[in-house]
Amino acid sequence: MVTQVTSFSRNGLSDFIVQRATAYILAAYTVFLVGYLLIQGEMVYADWQMLFSHTWMQIFTMLALVSTCAHAWIGMWTIGTDYIREHYFGQSANGYRLIYQVICILTLASYLFWGVKILWGN
Amino acid sequence: MQVSVYRYDPDKDAAPYMQDFDIELPAGKDLMVLDLLALLKERDETVSYRRSCREGVCGSDGVSMNGKNGLACITPVSEVAKGGKLTIKPLPGLPVIRDLVVDMEQFYAQYRKIEPYLINNEVPPTRERLQSPAEREKLDGLYECILCACCSTACPSFWWNPDKFIGPAGLLQAYRFLADSRDTATEERLANLDDPFSVFRCRGIMNCVNVCPKGLNPTRAIGHIRNMLLKRAV
Repeated sequence: MVTQVTSFSRNGLSDFIVQRATAYILAAYTVFLVGYLLIQGEMVYADWQMLFSHTWMQIFTMLALVSTCAHAWIGMWTIGTDYIREHYFGQSANGYRLIYQVICILTLASYLFWGVKILWGN
Repeated sequence: MQVSVYRYDPDKDAAPYMQDFDIELPAGKDLMVLDLLALLKERDETVSYRRSCREGVCGSDGVSMNGKNGLACITPVSEVAKGGKLTIKPLPGLPVIRDLVVDMEQFYAQYRKIEPYLINNEVPPTRERLQSPAEREKLDGLYECILCACCSTACPSFWWNPDKFIGPAGLLQAYRFLADSRDTATEERLANLDDPFSVFRCRGIMNCVNVCPKGLNPTRAIGHIRNMLLKRAV
């Protein structure tokens, strides 16, 4: 049976607000990066390293990464609870949905940790 | 005209099937789909469908016509037939009782959830609870819903979670009472709607607006409910 137990905040309004807020952050990050690339033209490794050496850029990138995880989880949870249901999968639906959700969480957590490693790793 | 009709009698048929009829339409007339169904019934009296007022008021004869939900009684054949062919199926997403007759219980269960009646615990006035013209005007575009279920059964979110998502028809009525100046249960009504399913399964694809035979806009009403929930929360 589909329940809200595994949703981001167990509350539709809260999920709705988080999804919109993170969308704004991701939009701002995308606009900034695209604008920066257009202004700078061709960039080499040193230019990238210089850009990401700034604390504000690292914080902005972390915000975008965390936003990606929250935004994607709310969206993927919604998709999973729409499609992976008893109606289509019978009694196995809960098991399939659990596997799907675990894969989503592991993937998003990997993105996050990978991003942290790239930004602050050696 | 070739008319293909969904047939299913659970007492006789192992599975649903489509039955084709060739119907000669009277020249110079544009029949309604309900008239066409009546002609089919003359050919085969076992064809089952609901109908009552035959003028778009009772909401009984909601069916899917060439893939689009609508009321058979106020839909001209010329509007929905393509290339001389018309496929008529029951409203999608609800269990079929027989042929074009669906079990509406899930739809009504969602309607009951929103408590579709005025709640006011204040002492009643001697005559009636008056509204200003401006307050009354807020109900326009909401009270006209006839509960035909064309909108909710055109909504994928309702197909997927019919037991949890209120659906466009129910939410239009939920806002009808939230917007009513005489209703005092706004807080309780909103508190029952802020879970991840009841309102927030609406993705705003506007299938409901596209099919509503009364020209109503459930998506707009759902947007108003979201705004009320937001204002209440922040």
